[in-house]
Amino acid sequence: MKFDIGVILASGHEILSGLALTVLIWIAGSALGLGLGFIVATLRRYGGPLVNLGLAIPVEILRGTPFLVQIFLLYFGGPFIGLSLDPIPAGLLGLTVYGAAYYSEIFRAGYQSVPEGHVEAADCLGFGRIQTIRHVLLPEMALIVLPPAVNMTVILLKETALLSLITVPELTLTVQAIGSQKYAFLESLFVLALVYWALVEIAGQLGRLAEGYFSRYRTART
Amino acid sequence: MTTDDIPAIACNKVCKSFGSTEVLKDITLDIPAGQVSCLIGPSGSGKSTLLRCMAFLEEATSGTILIKGQPLGFSEQDSGFRARQPASQIRAVRANIGMVFQQFNLWPHMTALGNVSAALRVVRGLPKREAEARAMAQLEKVGLADRADHYPSQLSGGQQQRVAIARALAQEPRIMLFDEPTSALDPELTGEVLNVMRQLAAEGMTMVVVTHEIGFAGSVANRINFLDHGRLLFSGSPEEVFRKPRHPRLEQFLDTYLDRGASMLV
Repeated sequence: MKFDIGVILASGHEILSGLALTVLIWIAGSALGLGLGFIVATLRRYGGPLVNLGLAIPVEILRGTPFLVQIFLLYFGGPFIGLSLDPIPAGLLGLTVYGAAYYSEIFRAGYQSVPEGHVEAADCLGFGRIQTIRHVLLPEMALIVLPPAVNMTVILLKETALLSLITVPELTLTVQAIGSQKYAFLESLFVLALVYWALVEIAGQLGRLAEGYFSRYRTART
Repeated sequence: MTTDDIPAIACNKVCKSFGSTEVLKDITLDIPAGQVSCLIGPSGSGKSTLLRCMAFLEEATSGTILIKGQPLGFSEQDSGFRARQPASQIRAVRANIGMVFQQFNLWPHMTALGNVSAALRVVRGLPKREAEARAMAQLEKVGLADRADHYPSQLSGGQQQRVAIARALAQEPRIMLFDEPTSALDPELTGEVLNVMRQLAAEGMTMVVVTHEIGFAGSVANRINFLDHGRLLFSGSPEEVFRKPRHPRLEQFLDTYLDRGASMLV
């Protein structure tokens, strides 16, 4: 049998629609996860010991179990507790919550990286808590948070492939379906690898651009 | 009674413990308005903690602190119960105070101008142009107008501390607290910061300075307060502090400075 990726690429239109859904779920899930993770980290910092503990437990569970198990539980187990979701919303929700657990730990480290004195200076100048977060803590932690956050976002992209197992018609499901129709399994896997890799490289470049922006005050010296 | 007659800061029986460690024991101390008060004492004597209590960066375990007659942080209720004030009230009382730290604590992602103008924009809500004009005036005052667009990482320690002083002054506090403002600086840079502080003192700013610069304390302070092991052992004018006979513990403390060649100051 001949190795010919042309067989797969002939179904370009379908691949593009799978790719579009993958990118959509990835970007939406990452953005929502990033926001939710930030809120969780902020509540854990300011909410007192009970809130901290109450949030630490789900974060630990989400970080301590495989993503595949989580989406199976959500998609197949959800209906038993009255949570019947279609594949796409279930996938998006699963990715958001899974990502949020990791992002929250990244933001927690970010909060801890800012010297307490910088917050005290803001307190003494009359900044409220939200003003301190917005104008001091977030911009100061940006450089610390960015590399692990980009890393996590890349991991989330690759985790979206597992959503094919709850029948989300994203890239992996689409390309594998084409592969089985045309008896071109190897070719389909090869195309998948190439497309994910290209997306990861693009994400990485964007991350580096952002790092350059946030590090302008560290590299600039007279 | 005019407002000048009430002390700028009045500490009454202030105690502070960290766990079972008593750091401040029954400190009763008035900071007179328009004067420079120094807090001196060996490391661990509680002088920085006392200063941080005056800025409400530490909460006194018991006792009261009045800023211009207004209670700071806690309000005494009729029943004698001490209730924590709402954040807005704490901010209002604290607006009287400017704080300068040993480690400067400038925000690294903002230029000198950004550091000084930030609170004017964020807290007071001034438009950018006006906030920056006011900030520039403060930078001029500390001699750093030409460094306005430099980030803290591009400034020497002495320059950073002067920006930090300008940042505190921009909020127009009535009282300035300095927590060992020159301890992180070499002697040459110490001089430029002390000069800015002398200038402030000459303008009549109420200042409380925690310092190891006994020479500065002797020449600028109106009152020197000596703390040891969390107690206020001695409080008086520089003449009283440096005139013998002294409290034996103060004598011992000052002798360590005489040994280091500061005898001409005493």
